[in-house]
Amino acid sequence: MDPLRQSPSRSSSRASSPRTLPCEMLGYVGIEAVLDQLKIKAMKMGFEFNIMVVGQSGLGKSTMVNTLFKSKMWKSTMPGLGVPTPQTLQLQSVTHVIEESGVKLKLTVTDTPGFGDQINNDKCWDPILGYINEQYEHYLQEEILITRQRHIPDTRVHCCVYFVPPTGHWLRPLDIEFLQRLCRTVNVVPVIARADSLTIEEREAFRHRIQENLKTHGIEVYPQKCFDEDINDKILNSKIRERIPFAVVGADREHIVNGRCVLGRKTKWGIIEVENMAHCEFPLLRDLLIRSHLQDLKDITHNVHYENYRIFRLNESHVLPRGPGWVNLAPAPAGPQANPVPPKVGGWAKDNSDEEC
Amino acid sequence: MAATDIARQAGEGCRTVPLAGHVGFDSLPDQLVNQSISQGFCFNILCVGETGLGKSTLMDTLFNTKFEGEPATHTQPGVQLQSNTYDLQESNVGLKLTIVSTVGFGDQINKEDSYRPIVEFIDAQFEAYLQEELKIRRLLHNYHDSRIHACLYFIAPTGHSLKSLDLVTMKKLDSKVNVIPVIAKSDAISKSELTKFKIKITSELVSNGVQIYQFPTDDEAVAEVNGTMNAHLPFAVIGSTEELKIGNKMVKVRQYPWGTVQVENEAHCDFVKLREMLIRVNMEDLREQTHSRHYELYRRCKLEEMGFKDTDPDSKPFSLQETYEAKRNEFLGELQKKEEEMRQMFVQRVKEKEAELKEAEKELHEKFDRLKKLHQDEKKKLEDKKKSLDDEVNAFKQRKTAAELLQSQGSQAGGSQTLKRDKEKKKTSEEKSISDGTCTTPGKHPVVPCALVVCAV
Repeated sequence: MDPLRQSPSRSSSRASSPRTLPCEMLGYVGIEAVLDQLKIKAMKMGFEFNIMVVGQSGLGKSTMVNTLFKSKMWKSTMPGLGVPTPQTLQLQSVTHVIEESGVKLKLTVTDTPGFGDQINNDKCWDPILGYINEQYEHYLQEEILITRQRHIPDTRVHCCVYFVPPTGHWLRPLDIEFLQRLCRTVNVVPVIARADSLTIEEREAFRHRIQENLKTHGIEVYPQKCFDEDINDKILNSKIRERIPFAVVGADREHIVNGRCVLGRKTKWGIIEVENMAHCEFPLLRDLLIRSHLQDLKDITHNVHYENYRIFRLNESHVLPRGPGWVNLAPAPAGPQANPVPPKVGGWAKDNSDEEC
Repeated sequence: MAATDIARQAGEGCRTVPLAGHVGFDSLPDQLVNQSISQGFCFNILCVGETGLGKSTLMDTLFNTKFEGEPATHTQPGVQLQSNTYDLQESNVGLKLTIVSTVGFGDQINKEDSYRPIVEFIDAQFEAYLQEELKIRRLLHNYHDSRIHACLYFIAPTGHSLKSLDLVTMKKLDSKVNVIPVIAKSDAISKSELTKFKIKITSELVSNGVQIYQFPTDDEAVAEVNGTMNAHLPFAVIGSTEELKIGNKMVKVRQYPWGTVQVENEAHCDFVKLREMLIRVNMEDLREQTHSRHYELYRRCKLEEMGFKDTDPDSKPFSLQETYEAKRNEFLGELQKKEEEMRQMFVQRVKEKEAELKEAEKELHEKFDRLKKLHQDEKKKLEDKKKSLDDEVNAFKQRKTAAELLQSQGSQAGGSQTLKRDKEKKKTSEEKSISDGTCTTPGKHPVVPCALVVCAV
């Protein structure tokens, strides 16, 4: 991410601004042409986006990714087709370049087959956290080189979509544990998967219960309340927060409904249209992730989560050996560990050592 | 329990996948632009040129406003940089514009060091940014970027060639900042002279290896425009804030008895080209060049100077932290050594002082003893004297009683001569004792002989 692209300020006051005098311009100068210049440059450079989908197998993660980006990102695994449940958690990444109206997007999707599938799911979040931290580490190493590249390749996970199984009751302990750990490291968007197994009332009740659960456990999912900048953002984001978690249905087959060709799931009692707001909330998820908040996701990852990681890393580097995939899992070593006061920017400090189980 | 097996499939090499419908990420550039708008932009221009070449006027003309400031005098002892920041707003774009001007450039008799304050200023801005970037807890996205994005070098319109001061200064600046030379006050040169002047300037710059900023020609959208503009460098500009109504518009002009020069007329001067290039087409590119080329160069030099390397002799990647740690330990070790030194010095000083004090004490004691002894001697002497005086008083009393006895006997015997003789004897002995200085009974003695004499008669 080009650091010159001055990303939005996450605190209300500008830190180091000199004394400025407002000036009236008597005619057109052409400063706003800089916006076009920005656009041209951005389109030439292309965009990058990394998304991670986490959830138990069979919840429709791969299908959802295919539906989101309307392409065969992933071979969606059909049940019973001889693909055994992986014995261990594996992370698989796939990168594609998609183009639309001249805008090139390099999309990386990371899947986590085997998550929560074992009998004993203790510490199943470790590989995931390790992967995320590894990406931060790569970026940090690139950034502190003496001769660094013009454009550092950004492999950091910008968004993690967490699939909640549609039990209809509450969040399971596994979900809560995972969300607690992850929401401090990465932007997490929880969704209710396979929402076609719930009626509308059950869905609403489930959503409310999940929201309560999240509040009780202090889990801040994206869009985080503390990063709302101005009143417009607040209004927009509170509307979104009311609907989190979205109840989604994924489908990559097309069917004919009323003469139109729509994406949907065909059942004996009807066709569930994916893009119909009355049926499921997939459009909301798609709009959030792609159409309105993609840049915001990237900015928060760069300005908040990455900075937190960097602070933690630079403070600790003389105590623990460095290395990729390093996650602070071990109980805190005997040496002095600087626990940074949560920065105003970050909102919280990344001290995993506190809630070590 | 879990082994992370990150298998990157063949798509790593950016396989393009066709889309089956409208996804919607073509709004991405707009999202980006919206974020940038809410943040605002920042642009810093440095104007280098001799006093009186019209730097402030050109800035006023470029941005269509009146910036504050008074014209500088020619009597400055050295080159100083004056920086002012302004908030400009156009439709929904906010620009924080900083204009830095050299005051007193080229006015001194000895101009050898004229370029130095400028270079130091530019370096100071880079340094500030580097410091912010190296901090552990940093606020980079909130940081007001004060690095100079463009340097307009004003060339005096002599019509002949560049001055040596110009060459030297531009050579020093070309690796630190984007240098854009402009011919100032170009209404003083005629058209034919101007073309010759421009050719001369470009050839001199090339032959001296000065790299001025070339407008980028790699992007098709602007390549053509930039290419043609590159051929017109350096721009011959005129600045003016006076307006005159020509036709039905107000235009900026300079009025002379022989005609009116219109600033925004392309046939008259290159002002419009400069404005196009600087603001409307390449502002973003200037900023990016500053950040990715000039700043990176400065950063690399600075870090290497501080001793950091990317790879050590065994070509294993060094980490910044390790070097930093090593330096930190070194520094701490030095600190400790210094502390030890200081402590030892302190202890030594204390010892010396103690010894001194002890000696002084001893002296005092001796003095005290001496004085005491003296005192005692005096006392003894006095006592002796007192004793002797007492003895004499006693002796006198005895003689007195003896004399009285004798006198009573003598008065009976009538032998006054012996009495007289005795009296005289006594008198002389009394006078002697009086003259000896004893002062116990001074008044008594003269009375006695008179009484005796009276009695005798």
